[in-house]
Amino acid sequence: MAETLIDIDILRYRPEEDDAPHLQTYQIPFDDEMSILEALQYIKDELDSTVSFRWSCRMAICGSCGMMVNGEPKLGCKVFLRDYFPNKITLEPLANFPIERDLVVVMDDFIEKLESIKPYIIPAQEKSIDDGEYIQTPEQMAKYKQFSMCINCGLCYAACPQYALNKEFTGPAALSLLARYNRDSRDAGGAERMKIVNAEEGVWGCTFVGYCSKVCPKGVDPAAAIQLFKVESAKDYLIAMFKPD
Amino acid sequence: MSHSQHTEPKRSHEPIFWGLFGAGGMLTAFLTPVMVLVTGILVPLGLMSPEALSYERIHDFATTWYGAAVLFVLIALPLWHTLHRIYHGLHDIGIHRGRDIQQVVSYGFAFAVSVFVFTLLLQMF
Repeated sequence: MAETLIDIDILRYRPEEDDAPHLQTYQIPFDDEMSILEALQYIKDELDSTVSFRWSCRMAICGSCGMMVNGEPKLGCKVFLRDYFPNKITLEPLANFPIERDLVVVMDDFIEKLESIKPYIIPAQEKSIDDGEYIQTPEQMAKYKQFSMCINCGLCYAACPQYALNKEFTGPAALSLLARYNRDSRDAGGAERMKIVNAEEGVWGCTFVGYCSKVCPKGVDPAAAIQLFKVESAKDYLIAMFKPD
Repeated sequence: MSHSQHTEPKRSHEPIFWGLFGAGGMLTAFLTPVMVLVTGILVPLGLMSPEALSYERIHDFATTWYGAAVLFVLIALPLWHTLHRIYHGLHDIGIHRGRDIQQVVSYGFAFAVSVFVFTLLLQMF
């Protein structure tokens, strides 16, 4: 029996030889169980070793293989050829990020934003190890747990039309990470982080399109984190009117 | 690639406009269908007596303090909602020039019409 084939277009860009990104088509044998990431590995091993892409865990926990699959931000390891067969698949680097090489993007801005929100517990007062652990009830943990599931893949930034228009916007993943810490009962850094939330580039850069939550491969709901913060920020605004600091 | 995050972030005044937008959106979502049903369907089809919307009856309602308050809120808030949406919509469709002027015109219009409606209601008493 003849092999069934599937076409995959990859947006190629090698800065040392290409003036502009361009599509290159590869034809590979179709396999029902092959993920897009495995298809890329097949291409690199069997057809063209010059294709560059990021990957590590193959099981949607490292967040490395984010890319645009037929124009939608996806993890390469979490979508399969069968989801698209018999149609052609087009792979492009994540939207809204500069291309470094082929499917590899420059994530510096994203990483800086994650760092900028102070992504660590700021305790009210330091405890020594002898004083024992910080106790937390399941109810207190449920308040922030979903926002701690982010794997920093960047799909939400590729999905966000506001980040596309204005790179100053703090963005979905960083704001959900901020929510993860501000909602944690062990944390006392809320007021410090609210300054980031209250800014134009904070939650007010969002117009609640909600695509970030739709593309998240880990079920985090950044849009909810941001809208809840808008209420917090509005309260904070009112309080500051009567009690300036 | 470092951005303004390193300087102290500046507080946005958006909560005021977002508050009016939210309140107006709530009213629009819940009450506009009712208004359309009454004025556009029930009365024209004769399912509700046209007397219900007679000049005298509405005038009596509009000249009580609570009636005037209800009308003012029903007209002003959805207007703030609409203009907030238009202002942000301009950014979304790529019209980035003159954001300050866009803001003044959008919210200025909502403010002017609010004042106009307020005055109109007052002088009916």
